[in-house]
Amino acid sequence: MKNENLYKYILGIADNSLILGQRLGELTGHGPSLETDIACTNISLDLFGQVRSYYQYAAKIAGDNRTEDDIAMLRKEREYVNVLLVEQPNTNFAYTIARQFLFDVYHFLFLTQLEKSKDLTLSAIATKSLKEVSYHQRFSTDWLKRLGDGTAESKEKMQEAIDGLWTYTDELFHQTEADKAMVSEGVGVDVTKLKEAYYEKVEAVLKEATLTVPESKWFQKGGKQGIHTEHLGYLLSDLQYMQRTYPNMEW
Amino acid sequence: MSEEQVKNLEEQFEARIARDEKIEPKDWMPEKYRKTHIRQMSQHAHSEIVGMLPEGNWITRAPSLRRKVALLAKVQDEAGHGLYLYSATETLGISREEMYEQLHTGKAKYSSIFNYPTITWADMGAIGWLVDGAAIINQVPLCNTSYGPYARAMIRVCKEESFHQRQGYEIMIKLANGTPEQKEMAQDALNRWWWPSLMMLGPTDAESIHTAQSMKWKLKRKSNDDLRQQFIDQTVPQAELIGLTIPDPDLKWNEERQSYDFGEIDWDEFWQVVKGHGPMNKERMKARVNAWENGAWVRDAAMAHAEKKQDRKEKKAV
Repeated sequence: MKNENLYKYILGIADNSLILGQRLGELTGHGPSLETDIACTNISLDLFGQVRSYYQYAAKIAGDNRTEDDIAMLRKEREYVNVLLVEQPNTNFAYTIARQFLFDVYHFLFLTQLEKSKDLTLSAIATKSLKEVSYHQRFSTDWLKRLGDGTAESKEKMQEAIDGLWTYTDELFHQTEADKAMVSEGVGVDVTKLKEAYYEKVEAVLKEATLTVPESKWFQKGGKQGIHTEHLGYLLSDLQYMQRTYPNMEW
Repeated sequence: MSEEQVKNLEEQFEARIARDEKIEPKDWMPEKYRKTHIRQMSQHAHSEIVGMLPEGNWITRAPSLRRKVALLAKVQDEAGHGLYLYSATETLGISREEMYEQLHTGKAKYSSIFNYPTITWADMGAIGWLVDGAAIINQVPLCNTSYGPYARAMIRVCKEESFHQRQGYEIMIKLANGTPEQKEMAQDALNRWWWPSLMMLGPTDAESIHTAQSMKWKLKRKSNDDLRQQFIDQTVPQAELIGLTIPDPDLKWNEERQSYDFGEIDWDEFWQVVKGHGPMNKERMKARVNAWENGAWVRDAAMAHAEKKQDRKEKKAV
């Protein structure tokens, strides 16, 4: 592939949205209220919309007749390069909100920079996605505050979820070789530079939500190299079921 | 109010409906009108919400990104319909919590069709094509029903439903023109969903207890049997067009009636499902009750947070 680094770079962005969108899709019809049900489904829908734009672009770059669906649904587990954070399960609504919040803050900062990319397609996708993600961030921030500064029970649950997922935040700021190559060409975003603003924002919201900022400095990594938690395999079984069972068909 | 006054009000009320005027939430209305509307509208809202489950069942397994996005959007629309139908029903003096309570305890009904399982992808096509198709036939006349909030909600619902129906039929077209396996999947789905879809239009006129009064209030414009015939006449050519066979050996065009004759509906099955003993009744209710109970702490937190915020605001003002 001529533009292999760009291809890998796009997957690095898109896989996060794919896996998070898939997780949110599990919740449709089972939310704590009709309004949150609609909101989570809507966020999932936004993410899948973004995913399609990214994979369609990646398919074009690959230039070998592979389609958006081949990229989304026919890779092996080790070939997905999403961060570990987004594949974590919907343990309860506090985990869903914590996962969303910890990703949204990053996602918003990331897209704000991607908008300045020299790659016009990526820049255009970023502009369109930013509108959506600023809404996602508002939704997850508001709910984090409600649950953190709600009842004793909700505070405990929210704190537990933040503590549980904190270990996956550092990976957001790791760079792969493809990332570095794309940064040097002015196409990619240097995520190491987002880290400070990220923790600043996250900690401010946690404080406002009367929650404690976790002190642990032990972080997990591996998603960007395709080394995932045990949760991903099951998610992929659902995601890939039809494409694997009925290969080479149109739907 | 004296009996005579009430009688006068009732006469004026019926006259307004006869003149095609809309009844609005603050208008006087007979108690029976209010109750009948709460029953039908909440049942309709519940059907939207329970109806999210059989289709939600395929969101994580949709075969392509395009189909996944369309399915998510569709199920989200249903949640939206539920939301404004609940809101419209609330104008009659019942809270959403009370309506949920009625659903969860089995006091309120929802459309029986959602008590069938969705076991293959083709069921997403069949539901859109047949179930939404039958729903539209039921619902279009309601855009002109007498109660204003319901009529206005139905205008939007019907627009979206007709989009869903085309989307479902398009899934079926694709399958019917696909590989032998896909075609078989489509035929199998039609076989399983055809009869329940016919039942969806309600018991035969002879057995329907609500028809006469509902006709007067424009909650119903045609009888169940007429609606069923309309659905069959509309759907049979659509099946033929894509090479699928309606699973009814007695189905035959009747030249004289300019309509299809069709076979006997298994009403025992219909009543079994209505009475709570269909294949998925218990699972559907369990899913709804679980969502509600597991969400209690979230709703409590939102309430507590809002109160704290209000307190802080008041303190600041002092």
